[in-house]
Amino acid sequence: MSAAQKSLALHLGLIGGLFALAFILPTYHHGNFARIMVLATYAIGYNVLFGYTGLLSLGHAMFFAAGMYGMGLAMQYGGVPALPALFLGIIAATILAAVVAVLALRTIGVAFMIVTLMFAQTGFLTILYFGEWTRGDEGFVLQQKVRQIAGLDLSDPMTRYLAAWVLFSVALLATARMMHVAFGGVLVAIRENEERTRMLGYNVFAHKFAAVVISGAIAGAAGAAYGLLFGYVGATFASVQYSIFPLLWVLLGGAGTTIGPFIGALFMFYLIDYSSGLTSAYMLIAGVALVLLTLFARAGIAGEIKRRWAPWLP
Amino acid sequence: MGAVASLSLLQTHGLTRRYGGLTAVDNVDFALPEGQVHALIGPNGAGKSTFVGMVSGRIEASEGRVEFEGRDVTGLPTHKRIRAGMAYTFQITSIYARLSLFDNVALAMGNRNRDAATEALARVGLDDRADQIAGDLSYGHQRLLEIAMGVAQAPRLLILDEPTQGLAESEIEGFNAIINALRGQTTILLIEHNMNVVMALADAITVLDQGAVLATGAPEAIRADAAVQAAYLGSG
Repeated sequence: MSAAQKSLALHLGLIGGLFALAFILPTYHHGNFARIMVLATYAIGYNVLFGYTGLLSLGHAMFFAAGMYGMGLAMQYGGVPALPALFLGIIAATILAAVVAVLALRTIGVAFMIVTLMFAQTGFLTILYFGEWTRGDEGFVLQQKVRQIAGLDLSDPMTRYLAAWVLFSVALLATARMMHVAFGGVLVAIRENEERTRMLGYNVFAHKFAAVVISGAIAGAAGAAYGLLFGYVGATFASVQYSIFPLLWVLLGGAGTTIGPFIGALFMFYLIDYSSGLTSAYMLIAGVALVLLTLFARAGIAGEIKRRWAPWLP
Repeated sequence: MGAVASLSLLQTHGLTRRYGGLTAVDNVDFALPEGQVHALIGPNGAGKSTFVGMVSGRIEASEGRVEFEGRDVTGLPTHKRIRAGMAYTFQITSIYARLSLFDNVALAMGNRNRDAATEALARVGLDDRADQIAGDLSYGHQRLLEIAMGVAQAPRLLILDEPTQGLAESEIEGFNAIINALRGQTTILLIEHNMNVVMALADAITVLDQGAVLATGAPEAIRADAAVQAAYLGSG
């Protein structure tokens, strides 16, 4: 099998496995997996910018929240049905990403991190400021009767799982495809050596801009889906910890690998879930696990597998 | 200047770069005929790299114009000049150290044609290492890879900034052979300190000193030039 065939087999295998799990998993884990797939989609979006293009954003919660609020406000106050609202959320995140890209890409390195962090904080405070509509920290609940697409009730566990599965599958296959074509190669080239890439005749700014917009759009799709599937929209999702989460998931799972974001989200979700069952100091256990991973698997889980055993891993 | 201009692939008019009070490149008029291998020499700090930086667009000109193929490219960003047919290899090796040789060359070509990449690597004798990671190569081989990337771009003008720096004698012979094989197909602007390489390869030489053109002409004439000798002896 060629590397391309292996990676296709891997992606279809993962997607197939997750589909099968929909009918196998016990209720508790069934719900967890639906959540993990949506969060993994968020991480996939983050990985486009951080893992492949090498731009570390500390403000991705603003895109996640733009998707969530774009969807939620349209439904709550505009009476927009679920599916169009989902797309409005994605559009909101995409526009925000384009604006942020134009401004933030004037900086590099640490300055880029700080600028994205500041934009995200501005977004968070804006949501609190307009608390009359956004309900601030408290958030608002989307009624079960409006959370329907084509007659399918998204609050039903199986429908919700499969909706999350579709979202995740599309994001995974789309980014895998993107990294297979020339465009993805140029993103990696920018990550590896920006000046060389410019001196090979590539428009570095245009590629970075596209990477921010694609990354923001996927994050926004995840945010909109999260709000729609779990019926809640709140300012917490715009807070700084939701900017840090995708960074951690991607670092743990393996930055710059297609399956790393999923592995990272899965690992961290269950790490916290399991350790919080043992002790109230569960963050301590999570922290120790993170330290161990960064000491012994610096490329993340998938990154380490790629380095040691499977160099073909996309 | 009409007849001369039509034969020149590259021209600069009054090209100047100032850094604060220092004038790194001072009012340089330069013409590079199509097909020529032209060496740019001069003592350290003469402004050679700054000059080619302005030609390729890496460095913004304070004053003056750059014309490429008769077109004013002074206002064009780097990537558009490269797209127009320039290639540039860095003084300090700049490759994709964590990618394979194939990936390096594929990025230079702008496509992933395996045969074309192998051919480009074969020019510098690295075709049997296409799947190795570039950073694992020896220093000399990394320099050769960078030259292969420049050639793989199929440029009209290939700018080489001190390509033989740090190469062993045997590797320098190989480099000379590569340039001779390109002679006639590609116009080459070569910054070089090694006078043996310059004398072996250059059709013409321009000497820069303190940012200004000190002399320009055929290799024999430059070698005999008293002002050039003075600059290199350090009295200038």
